[in-house]
Parts: sequence; C-alpha cells; structure tokens
Amino acid sequence: MTLRMTMPEQVATPEPLEPLIYELSVPGRVGVNLPVCDVPAAPLPADLLRDDLKLPEVSELQVVRHYLKLSQLNHAIDKGFYPLGSCTMKYNPKLNEDMARLPGFAALHPLHDTEGAQGALALMYELQRWLGEISGFEAVSLAPAAGAQGEFAGILMIRRYHLDRGDTQRTKILVPNSAHGTNPATVTMAGFEVVELPSDERGDVDMNALKQVCREQGSSIAGMMITVPSTLGLFEEHILDVIETVHNAGGLMYMDGANMNALMGIVKPGELGFDVMHYNLHKTFSTPHGGGGPGSGPVGVNAKLKPFLPGPVVDILEEASEPDESPLYGFVMPSKSIGRLKAFQGNFGMHVRAYAYIRIYGDSGIRDVSRHAVLNANYVRARLMDTYKIPYPRYCGHEFVIEARLDGAESIHALDISKRLMDYGIHPPTNYFPLIVPEALLIEPTETETKETLDEFIDVMKKIAVEARQTPELLHTAPHHAPVKRLDEVRAAKQLVLCCAPALPGAAD
Amino acid sequence: MGYIPHTDVERRQMLAAIGVTTIEDLFEAVPATHRFPRLKLPAPLSEVEVAREMLALAESNEHAQDFALFRGAGAYHHFIPSAVNHLLLRGEFYTAYTPYQPEFSQGTLQATFEYQSMMCALTGMDAANASHYDGATSLAEAVTVALQVTKGKRNKIILSPGIHPHYREVVRTYHQGRDVQIVGDDAPAQAAALADLLDDKTAMLAVQYPNFFGQIEDLAGLAEKVHRAGAVLVVVANPLALGMLKSPGSLGADIVVGDAQPVGVPLSFGGPYVGFFACKQEFVRKIAGRIVGESVDTDGRRAYVMTLRPREQDIKREKASSNICTNQGLMALGVSMYLALMGKTGLRQVAELNYHKAHYAADRIAALPGYQVNRERPFFNEFLVRCPQPVATLNQALVAEGIIGGYDVGQDYPHLAQHMLLCVTEMNPKEEIDVLVDVLGKVK
Repeated sequence: MTLRMTMPEQVATPEPLEPLIYELSVPGRVGVNLPVCDVPAAPLPADLLRDDLKLPEVSELQVVRHYLKLSQLNHAIDKGFYPLGSCTMKYNPKLNEDMARLPGFAALHPLHDTEGAQGALALMYELQRWLGEISGFEAVSLAPAAGAQGEFAGILMIRRYHLDRGDTQRTKILVPNSAHGTNPATVTMAGFEVVELPSDERGDVDMNALKQVCREQGSSIAGMMITVPSTLGLFEEHILDVIETVHNAGGLMYMDGANMNALMGIVKPGELGFDVMHYNLHKTFSTPHGGGGPGSGPVGVNAKLKPFLPGPVVDILEEASEPDESPLYGFVMPSKSIGRLKAFQGNFGMHVRAYAYIRIYGDSGIRDVSRHAVLNANYVRARLMDTYKIPYPRYCGHEFVIEARLDGAESIHALDISKRLMDYGIHPPTNYFPLIVPEALLIEPTETETKETLDEFIDVMKKIAVEARQTPELLHTAPHHAPVKRLDEVRAAKQLVLCCAPALPGAAD
Repeated sequence: MGYIPHTDVERRQMLAAIGVTTIEDLFEAVPATHRFPRLKLPAPLSEVEVAREMLALAESNEHAQDFALFRGAGAYHHFIPSAVNHLLLRGEFYTAYTPYQPEFSQGTLQATFEYQSMMCALTGMDAANASHYDGATSLAEAVTVALQVTKGKRNKIILSPGIHPHYREVVRTYHQGRDVQIVGDDAPAQAAALADLLDDKTAMLAVQYPNFFGQIEDLAGLAEKVHRAGAVLVVVANPLALGMLKSPGSLGADIVVGDAQPVGVPLSFGGPYVGFFACKQEFVRKIAGRIVGESVDTDGRRAYVMTLRPREQDIKREKASSNICTNQGLMALGVSMYLALMGKTGLRQVAELNYHKAHYAADRIAALPGYQVNRERPFFNEFLVRCPQPVATLNQALVAEGIIGGYDVGQDYPHLAQHMLLCVTEMNPKEEIDVLVDVLGKVK
C-alpha cells in the first residue's frame, strides 16, 4: 500500500485509493497513436453523427499507472493462497497465456473458410476427444461459454430428448438442496419446475425422499441434476443407486462437473451412468478466472443425447487419404441440436489453454492432479479437525466444509473469520455456501499449493480461533490490513450509483 | 511433474497426518467397480514440446497477421494498443475471481465500475452490467427482461432480419422452453416495416445498428411507435460505430446490447468476446448479471461493491431470471483499457477511419464491371456487394493472393446468393484495398 498524502485535520473522509479514470481526464489529452487516413475522405452523414462522447482523455502512461495501481488492490492466485471453495483456484500456467496469444489463434477470424482453419479445428477436435475420454462420454461440444451455460445446454438436451420421443409429460427436474444456485436457476430458464431433495445426515442425497418422489411423480420427472463430489466436498455414497432410481423413473441424469478436479482418473461419470455433464475449463483445466470470467463450459453426453448437442461441434469431414496426413476437420451442426448458445463457436481462447494443460500432464499425469487435490484437502481437513467443527466425519474430495461456530466465541460468524483471514494475506474460503451447513466455510486448497502454504493456512486458522475467544472485536472489525475496510453494502443498494459518467465535469448532453 | 509441487517426503508426512497409507485410500466412497479407470490420452510433454506442437497448429491457420483480412460479419480485426495486453497480463487481474470479497477486490470492482460508466457513455443509457458471454447472449437476456417488464402478459418478440443470424439463433435457443413467439426476421430488412408487426402482445422489438449488412438503419420515429404499443425497444449496437454515430439512447432505445469485441478484444476464432448490456434506470432491478455500485467502507472511504445481489442465482436460485454466474470479466477489463487509451477523440478517429476506408473500397468495387454495391442506406465499415461470380469462387482466388475476402451472405439469406459482405477497417492500408479491388476485377 502506498502512503497517502498528509490529511488535513478533522477531515472525516479519507481519499479514494485511486481516482476514477474519468477523474484523471484532461480535455484535449490523447493516449494513442493512430494512422492517418490514406484514402480520400468520404462525406460523413451529418444527421447520423453524435455531438459528444463522454470517454476519458488520458495519456498512455496514465492508463498504465491507473490499471497497475488497480491491479495491486486485488488479491489473486499469483499473489497468495486463494482457497475459494467450489471455484478451484489453481495455478494458471503461463505457457497457456502465450499459446492463446499466438497470432495463428488470436488473429484467426471465426468465420474463416474450413480449409484455412485446420489447425484450430484440429485443436478443438482433440480437446473434444480428450474431455470425452476423461469423463467417459461419447461426444463433447465445446460451445458453452461458461459452466452455467453448459448446465443450460444439458437441461435443454434432456428436454429435447423427451419431446423427441413424444414424452411431453416430464416437467420436473430434481435438485438436491446442497446444489449450486446455478442448478435451480438453470431448471427455471429451461422451462422446467424444480423439485428440491433433502440431504441425509451424512451429506448425501436422502435416498428415501428420492425413491418416494420417483414413485409418486415418476412420469413427470425429466431428470436430476447432481454435483459429484457434492458441494460439501463429499463423494455421494449411493451414486449408483441414485442414478438407477432416476433412470427407472424414466428421467435422465445430469452431472454438474464443477467439482471434476476431484475425479480425473478416479472415476468416469459416463461409466457411472450419467447421461450428460458439463466441465468448467476455468476450474479443472486451469484456464484463468479473469476476475469473473471468461469461463468455458463444454458438455459431454452419451450416445442417447449426442444428436442434441449444442453446435457447432468439430467433426472429421474427410478421412486422411494417407496414414501420415491429417483428415479434413470442419464444423457440423448435430442432427437434432438444441441450437447455438452464442455467436460463432465457444470461447476458443479457453480451449487453447485447456489443450496446453492436458498436453503437459498427459495420460500419466492427469490422475495426479485429482489425487493431489484430494490429498491437500484431506490434509488441511485432518489438521483443522480439533479446532473447528467439521460436520461430516468422512474423507473429503477436493474440498471440505467447516461449520464456523466456535465454543466460547458465540458472537463470531463465518464472515468474521473470512475477513480476518485477509489480514494474514489469505483469500477467504467461500462463505455461507452450501446453504445446508450453518455458518459454512467451504475450503478448496487445490493441488498446486505446497505443504508450506497449507501449513501456514492451518496455523492462521488456529490463531484466528484463539483470537475469536480472546479478542473477538479484532474479528468483528476485520479486515485491518486490506486496502479498504468492510463495505457499506446497504448504501450501495439504496443509493445505486452504477456509473460515473453523469458526474463528468462539463458533461451536458 | 506438471504443476504439482509435492515431494515424496511431503506426501508421506501428509498421509500420516490424515491417517492413511496411500492417496488411493481417500477414494473409498467411489464404487470399486469404476475406480481408477485407464485414460487413453497422449503421453505428457515438456513445455518446449507443447509450445512447438501448438505453434505448428497455430501457423497452419490463415490469420490476420499474414493475410489481408476483409471479413467482419460480427467479428472484427482492429488495432489494439500494446498497453492493453501488457495490463491484462497482470496476474493480479487475470488470476483473481469474481469480487465476492470487496475488501480484497477493489481493483476488479473499480475497473468494472469504470467499464459500466464507459458503456453508459457510448450507448446513452443510465446503467450497464459487468457483462454477458457475448452480443448474442446479451440479446437473449434482453428478451427475458422484456418479458418480465411486460409482466408476462406479452410474449411476442419482434427481431429485425438485419440482426446477426447467429444472434437470432441464440435467442431461439435460449427461449425454446418458454411460451414465446419470435417473429419479424423473415420480413424485409428495413426497420419501418417491422413496426407494422407491433401489437398488444408485443413485449419487445429489436434492431441492429449498424445492421448485419453494415447499414445504418433509420431509427427516427421507431422508438415512439414501439413505446406507443407498450413494448420495449432493444438496439444491438457495434460500440466502435458508436464512436461516431448517435447513441441508441438518444434515439429512444430502452436497452442497448451488443458485443464489445470491436473495441479491444482479439478475433480469437470466435471467443472469448464480451456481451455488453446497458439499459434505462427503470429496468436496472430486472436485468441479469453482476452489477458494481459505489459505496463507502467503515472509514467513509469511497469504494466499490457488487450490488443488487438478490437478483442473482446464488441467492434467488430457481426464482432468478438467469443462471449467469461467471461472465466475461477480463474481456470487459480489456475493453475499458482500450476505451481509456482511445479516449473521446481516438475512438471517433478510428470510427471515421473505418468509415472512409470502407467507402473508398466500396467506390472502387462499384466501378468494377459486374459488381454492384448496395447503397440503400448509409453504411459504416461493412457493405454488401452483388458479385458476378459465386462468393466461394472469388474467395478462393483472393486467398491465393494473400487476401481473406468477405462473408458469403447467401449462406444465411438465400435471396442474397452471390452477395459478399466486405469489411474494411483501420487495419487495411490503401495498398491492401487496391490489391483486393484488382484481384476482384481479374477473376473470370
């Protein structure tokens, strides 16, 4: 943190950490060197032109310093530990960034003719195959732009599958109460009704409830969405029974693949009997989270659902004539496709990164990713067990949940522990999710963290437990060493200042 | 190996702390019948080998650094100042996630607030969200908002045939599970005729500005007709064109969406791009996606935080209007950096360069025998040409000369067979345009 200017006395309002880019603006300043016009100027259509444009006027160096300063106000994986449960904040390899920026990928037009885009198409084809192999699915579409869009694609495919068979009565999708919020929201978006299922005392789906729903409402059930391992970080113990029960009722099984980082080389969802799942390339396959995207959410399906995949997908248009030649790849629209999910063909830049990632690990290494993700989570869990309440007495997958209630520190909430972690340079775990655990802290270390980092986190968590009992105020008012203190979220929602343009000096439209 | 740091000694220590002997012991809950399958993947490679293989794949593509590119149709090759890429490579930006914890995310939050501000300025709207996946999904989300604000009593959506064909497909994909009637895109491409379809069932009418054919449609009076019918006017806009054209807000639009790819995002074979979504104040509580608002911390210091969170899926669950979670944050950040560097004069200058170069190319092509340039409406940086030969034939001849020709519009609009949509930007020097014209003139 930089030192602020000496503050005048009795001024209650501290300076902002960095001015808005608009506040740096000086009329007439230019930050870019553009080519001069080398063709005769055409007459401009005067009646169609705007008078003014409220963009900042700043120099290139001002822009560089502004965004550099802003970047320093963030926490990030490159800066420190980021155990944000269900988000898989693993290391983002630098090689991947270089690969995505190769001009042959970055400067390739999405509507380029098939023959001239064979390298990109081959890459997509291989990635489809590898993702299919890792999860045991027949076919994969890379079209979805994020995990939530993959979910949406999956549920639309389930819908189309039933309609295609003339089965129009199936209007409900089962969703466990531990699910990510995207699951029930997806179900509604696709025009279905959510039937929420309770969890049992071991954190698994309540089998009695599931069997009862399937018995009583079986003919109206289109399918079920389930996360494996669950959002509690637990591998569902009755998974084969769950799948069989829903299949017997005529429903299809959707697996939310957000937690695939626990499963690679451990089990193939397709082999367990799932019909469709999505991958999060920005979780499992190391593509960066970007401060809120871009993601990429490919979907894998079995033979039943293959014709319904969102398109376009890459296929071989002509087999190679000679053994050492490449086939001709091209885009095709699956025969009964649910359609396009975005313009063009998925977040290709993320496909490039995921390709590089899988290529580095290869057949022998991919399983090690999940083995070590699970090892790291279980290690932290085992060492925190004496200090914090950990609700389910089982080995976890790649993440685990703490119930952040400490005896002798009744005023302390999960939020207080989260904010205090920042003072030690650690990003808080996901808090208040899953909803079924009170005061939940969902901790996901990922496989790329060293034992030293985990040990430091464990020590800090233990220290915070002591602080919670001895100096609770320290936690209530945390963070003390972050760029800003706790935010007034109520004011943000009430006053609703969402853009600064109207406050521009001299801005009159 | 890979990016896993564990040594044998550490693994043993960790297993001992857990109380198991092997990592495999941790997977007892996975059905034994299906545990530890073989993966048929290629063998691991070193970083050197991966880079070599991928460079070969990349170089086998015909890309805009080696070829003169005259193709747009929704994805555009523009100049991006070097500073944008350098700043996007700050690990503090790209290895962070959604700013759930504002005290640890002020960089992303303030940059997003600035992005929202710039999108409001360009579009003439009051508010903008932090982004959607792309222009097409922004339009699909606008439909959801229109259905909501007309309180479910209206279900007719009018789409102009001048909207990008992929965008119209995406709207249909998104709303296939709902009782929605999508009409209008089989009618002629002019905005005036679309207004005739308005009725008391219409929730929304959408046009593209400039439209898919590059034409700047006459929107004057359209907003009034749409509003009189009780519907919402949505404009799909090209943000670079807005560097010179009147803002859709000043023409009466209620919601302005589009793809911000032309202002700072590389072509990248179709993604990641960034869908912008801006609207009038009255719709703010109905829109999907992240929204950043200004507030203060407990010291009273100005700071930023995600706001209106109760709209979102992680809180509202099955009652949320959209399931969007991860959006295109990093691309929105790149767009802000680009717009800050361009500034008010730079963006206007780039827009005018596009306009002049496209018109120079159009004038020269119009003078070629057999070619006819569509001049029904003023155009920005793309124009429609009726060609004397099939577009595929022309493009084959062009590619042999190092030129990637225009888009074959007949693929999407059967009545426009043998029509090429050409795009000319500030990246095409006059000499490139002259070669394009020469080659087109010579194809027999």
